[in-house]
Amino acid sequence: MQDFGQAFSLAFALVFSGDADLLEIIVLSLKVSLTAVGLSCAIGLPLGAGLAISRFPGRGVVLVVVNALMGLPPVVVGLMVYLTLSNAGPFGWLQLLYSPSAMIIAQTVLITPIIAALSTQVISDLHAEYAEQFRSLSVSPRHAVTALLWDARFSLMTVALAGFGRAVAEVGAVIIVGGNINHLTRVMTTAIALETSKGDLALALALGIVLMTIALVVTAMVMTMRRTATAYAYA
Amino acid sequence: MPMLEAQAGTLHTMAVNRTQPGATMPLAVRGLVLDANGTRLLGPLDLTLSHGSLSVLMGPNGAGKSLLLRLLHGMIKPTSGEITWAGEPLNDDHRRRQAMVFQTPVLLRRSVAANIDFVLKQRGAAKYATRSGVLEKVGLQDKARQPARLLSGGEQQRLALARALATEPEVLFLDEPTASLDPASVLMIEEIVRAAQDQGTKVIFVTHDVGQARRLADEVIFLHRGHVLERTAAAQFFDTPNSHEAGEFLAGRIVL
Ligand SMILES: Nc1ncnc2c1ncn2[C@@H]1O[C@H](COP(=O)(O)OP(=O)(O)OP(=O)(O)O)[C@@H](O)[C@H]1O
Ligand SMILES: [Mg+2]
Repeated sequence: MQDFGQAFSLAFALVFSGDADLLEIIVLSLKVSLTAVGLSCAIGLPLGAGLAISRFPGRGVVLVVVNALMGLPPVVVGLMVYLTLSNAGPFGWLQLLYSPSAMIIAQTVLITPIIAALSTQVISDLHAEYAEQFRSLSVSPRHAVTALLWDARFSLMTVALAGFGRAVAEVGAVIIVGGNINHLTRVMTTAIALETSKGDLALALALGIVLMTIALVVTAMVMTMRRTATAYAYA
Repeated sequence: MPMLEAQAGTLHTMAVNRTQPGATMPLAVRGLVLDANGTRLLGPLDLTLSHGSLSVLMGPNGAGKSLLLRLLHGMIKPTSGEITWAGEPLNDDHRRRQAMVFQTPVLLRRSVAANIDFVLKQRGAAKYATRSGVLEKVGLQDKARQPARLLSGGEQQRLALARALATEPEVLFLDEPTASLDPASVLMIEEIVRAAQDQGTKVIFVTHDVGQARRLADEVIFLHRGHVLERTAAAQFFDTPNSHEAGEFLAGRIVL
């Protein structure tokens, strides 16, 4: 067990030395979470836009469900994906458990409801404003959805960043389906959890510093995006 | 108004090619009623509008002018009664030949030019010439690259009109399109509207401005508390309106 100050100086040394193991973990984390965000947007944005502009019986129930799914605990998602992908599960034959793909699936399940619910809100507001003008111009539903997604692009990028922030910071889902295997499925959060319990505080702290930096960068991007959008009256 | 006509000729050189002018006219309204939550907002109302005259819709605040325009354009469904265009109920094809400038214009969160391109693409032809033509008409050619939402209120109204004109409509509904314009812009818009009417578009124009109505109208439809109180040729309306309320309205005494 290192003392506190020692752990900190070791951590900074690790971060600034460009340690290969550390880098591998960071790269895998980003790869997994960015892929998951990409997939979630591909599913969640059209779903959100569709929910925002359509009216059908049971729409209210669907909205409640999607919003409730936003708060899914990562460990529960991890467990469900684990059961689905384990040998006894329906997708066991894919042999995906304990691979980066399994982690991507778990994070996609975790953040798709976030993307869908937040984008429904964003697009509903815009649709309320545009709907009558679009009707007057005889805009087809397909064109309307494209136009709404495009005009809401700054807000939707913020939504995507929120999803990314949640994905990159969660540990419960990826540790269950990934297993924190060194050089294979070890990501920042699982490494922190494991190294802390093993007493290697330097690596854990180093990863913690990187995670905090990522969170800062994401927040800065969100704020810049908001400012740009307002400056050009696209907000 | 000789001045207006002279300028209109030079300002509007853009060709408007319509195969059958007024193919969707006449417009016939029978027993139109609109209720909301048990309150009668409009009607019962009968009206026939034909091609070839510029109809100005006047009436005090809350008379139902905007609602009537929305009903005619098919934005809202009447509680009862029927609206027919050339004998048929309003369909998508009719609406594609109509354009409406709403009382509060809704512009896309894009550049001025992109707002025009959007409607041109809807009609399957995003022609640069058309875009710059309509922008020039309303005096916004210098602002083409600017975000539409950053235009002044009056400029936004002009862009909304340009967007409507870009669709080369057969029927043009204008809901107080000059409400926040400066006097020079008002005259400019009136010339554009007059020219559109002269080139075969049926214009239905809502205004409170008596001076403007005098300058533009061929006929005036006076709406009061959801009823058409009178429909009179412009030459007669401003001097000897048929209804007491219209007289009060013209004299500047509020009639609600
Ligand atoms: N959706 C609605 N539900 C209930 N009442 C409504 C609704 N829309 C409009 N009204 C009422 O109908 C009346 C007519 O409204 P409308 O907007 O047509 O007036 P207007 O003649 O255009 O007035 P203005 O000159 O102020 O634009 C108003 O009293 C308004 O409050
Ligand atoms: Mg109105």
